[in-house]
Amino acid sequence: MIAYVVKSLAQAVMVMLAVALVAFSMFRFVGDPVSNLVGQEATIADREQLARDLGLADPVPVQFARFVANAAQLQFGVSYRQGRPVIDLLKERLPATVELALLSALFALATGLALGVYTAIRRDGILSHMILSLSLVGVSLPTFLIGIGLIWLFAVELRWLPSFGRGEVVHLGWWTTGLLTVSGLKSLIMPVLTLGFYQVTLIMRLVRAEMLEALRTDYVKFARARGVPERSIFFRHALKNTLVPVTTVVGLQLGGVIAFAIVTESVFQWPGLGALFINAVQFVDIPVMAAYLMFVAFVFVVTNLAVDLLYFALDPRLRGGAAARGH
Amino acid sequence: MRIGTLMLAGAMALVAGLATTTVDARTVRWARSVDAQTLDPMSANIGPTSNVAHQIYEPLVIRGYDGKLVPTLATSWRNLPDDATMWEVKLRAGVKFHDGSAFTADDAVFSFERARMPTSDYRGLLTSIESVTKVDETTIRIKTKAANPLLFENLTNIFMMSKAWATANNALQPQNIRERQENGATRNAMGTGPFQLVSREPDVRTVMRRFEGYWGRTEFPMQVTELIVVPIQQDATRIAALLSGEVDVVHDVPVQDIARLQQSQGIKVVTGPENRVIFLGFNVAPAELKSSDLKGRNPFSDQRVRAAINIAVNRDAITRVVMRGQGQPIGYIGTPFISGYNAALGAVPRYDVQAANKALDDAGYPRRPDAANTRFSVSLQCTNNRYVSDENICQAVVAMMGQIGIKVNLVAKPAAQHFPELQREELDFFLVGWGIPTYDAEYVLTFLYHTRSANNGTWNGTRYSNPALDARMIALQTMPDVTRRNAELESIQTQLKNEAIYVPLHVQSISHAVRGGLDMAVHPDAGAWFKLFRFQGS
Repeated sequence: MIAYVVKSLAQAVMVMLAVALVAFSMFRFVGDPVSNLVGQEATIADREQLARDLGLADPVPVQFARFVANAAQLQFGVSYRQGRPVIDLLKERLPATVELALLSALFALATGLALGVYTAIRRDGILSHMILSLSLVGVSLPTFLIGIGLIWLFAVELRWLPSFGRGEVVHLGWWTTGLLTVSGLKSLIMPVLTLGFYQVTLIMRLVRAEMLEALRTDYVKFARARGVPERSIFFRHALKNTLVPVTTVVGLQLGGVIAFAIVTESVFQWPGLGALFINAVQFVDIPVMAAYLMFVAFVFVVTNLAVDLLYFALDPRLRGGAAARGH
Repeated sequence: MRIGTLMLAGAMALVAGLATTTVDARTVRWARSVDAQTLDPMSANIGPTSNVAHQIYEPLVIRGYDGKLVPTLATSWRNLPDDATMWEVKLRAGVKFHDGSAFTADDAVFSFERARMPTSDYRGLLTSIESVTKVDETTIRIKTKAANPLLFENLTNIFMMSKAWATANNALQPQNIRERQENGATRNAMGTGPFQLVSREPDVRTVMRRFEGYWGRTEFPMQVTELIVVPIQQDATRIAALLSGEVDVVHDVPVQDIARLQQSQGIKVVTGPENRVIFLGFNVAPAELKSSDLKGRNPFSDQRVRAAINIAVNRDAITRVVMRGQGQPIGYIGTPFISGYNAALGAVPRYDVQAANKALDDAGYPRRPDAANTRFSVSLQCTNNRYVSDENICQAVVAMMGQIGIKVNLVAKPAAQHFPELQREELDFFLVGWGIPTYDAEYVLTFLYHTRSANNGTWNGTRYSNPALDARMIALQTMPDVTRRNAELESIQTQLKNEAIYVPLHVQSISHAVRGGLDMAVHPDAGAWFKLFRFQGS
């Protein structure tokens, strides 16, 4: 048990270091922050001085060591664009992204489960076929188009929902939430739908497949033979066994939702981490880009670690020392 | 019947009530693609930043919508009769900061000191100043190192701050990005301007309210009571927000949306020229171009080749098709706004593919049957997020170069990558734009044509160098006689135009889209002064 946990932790640290290295070295070459920092009247001497002041003139390994040491203490330096500590920017933006991601995941889970179970039970129904083909169309449309389409329909044509921003937010300490105001809730609807859409189809298809498989198993056949009511077979026997792999995938997808909120946040001018990252890329704001990448890697590593440990709890076979995993 | 009448009366009262609120509130929500970088008015010399600052802070002078200097916090300025290096400036009396304190000569002297500090991004504009001193409460004197007739042209973005407020709020120096610090002026502000800051959330919204103690309260319309700046980065979302009524002004309208917006009810698109020229440049110096298949020779070092390209670019087609009618074709790097503008030099050369082909043959760059009948290949480097339709302009140029047998590979990059490469002189053939904030041609010459050196030629990516011309360009900085100066400008620019170091394309136009009957115009600096705008019918 301890060996397994230590091994997982060590892997997590290695992944974080690798990401740090990739992030760091990649950002060395994406552009020159100096020319963005100074006005067009700046002299060449000014530029060189600024590069020295920012530590850009040091050898790369020195810069990397400094970066890792600081990152471990959550010190990501100061944004080149805003001149404020990056950690403050991340803290400001985190609530918007977390609310968006959690609501999207929740929406995806509820809708995906319901549709998945329905299409499995009524596998030959007309409605099931329609849902399945619609989901195919939806999954092949890029997020950007879905977002813009929703904006045009609900903001421009119908004027029901706001096209951008978070609306009114309530401050709870350093956390801000849009869940307690009407405009905040209205602002959430379209981004949540946009971000959750792909997850809905994914979860739906997964639930459907697992459910169909469960319905073919012997214990369901025996239950049927014994005259157990259909309702009980579907929800108590089949669905329960379906949920194990679904939980895993949903857990892993949450990391993905947070990481890939970039497009949705950008389309809806959602003031979260993704929008912060996009702005940083345009400006070659290296401290913000690096911090964001580290954050995303951290979310993935933590969710993966949690899933690993969850397997351990769920699957008794692992406790025997065998590291092979079914899924 | 009776109930119906009552309901009708009620509805009418409701409508009337709504109408009064909308007229009284007069909130304007102003959307643009980027936010101000900071509220500190001296730390970043970038259009969107100073543009927001202009609503809150004021300089001594601003530029009107015609590009002419307009007194703001200075009421008059003159050279002392016996000393061409000494300017005496009368400050406006009765000006109050937003906290109610009076604007005095001490504040003006302090502001100049602050703007000349190493952390100020505006100090490059003030290098000619030797000292600024107070004479009395409403008079200051600016001493320059040598006669500088253009001093006031440089002051339109030098904002006046309160010395007392800066002292109390840890803002004595401009926000210093090098020391990685915020200061008291990064997210707070205390100016004399028509609007005072209510709240600031970077990249989300900045709220300002009309300053009732503004000195020009009765002089200007001052109809906007609340101004909210909202950055919306995506073009489609920005336009949707305007169409759905969530914002009132879109500052930067993409050209592809202009026609559609013009047809939308209640929305007006205003378009006008900016004081900025878009042009192509050549790397003229190296013996061989890095991106070319022609080895051992640099075609761009030959004036005949550059001149041929100059006449093979169809500027009319670019402005008509790519820019959809926005923009004015031009033949040199200068705009009608600047002093000493020369219409003859600005005339567009005749588009002539045949003559261009012949000139290239004569220059010794024949079409090569073994290379798909091209003369040579080269990469055109272009921004894709900086100027109006920049990447599309370059695509059009690629096609036009194809007509004269030059195979062009287009490389489009964000400005953050493009500009450093340009400054490192790594580009063979490139697109760039140049605004002229001093409204004077000398600014173009010393930055774009002067030999690369510590203080001059910093944006000259062509490696062009002509020491004799360099000296004459620098001399323009201290030449008070306008007639003589214009003659000298014409002589230098004529020579440079013949050399064809750059291929000027057009004066860029920008478009704002406005709803709700707000009357708004395009300013040549691409900025906006909301104290000036009126609502229709009032």
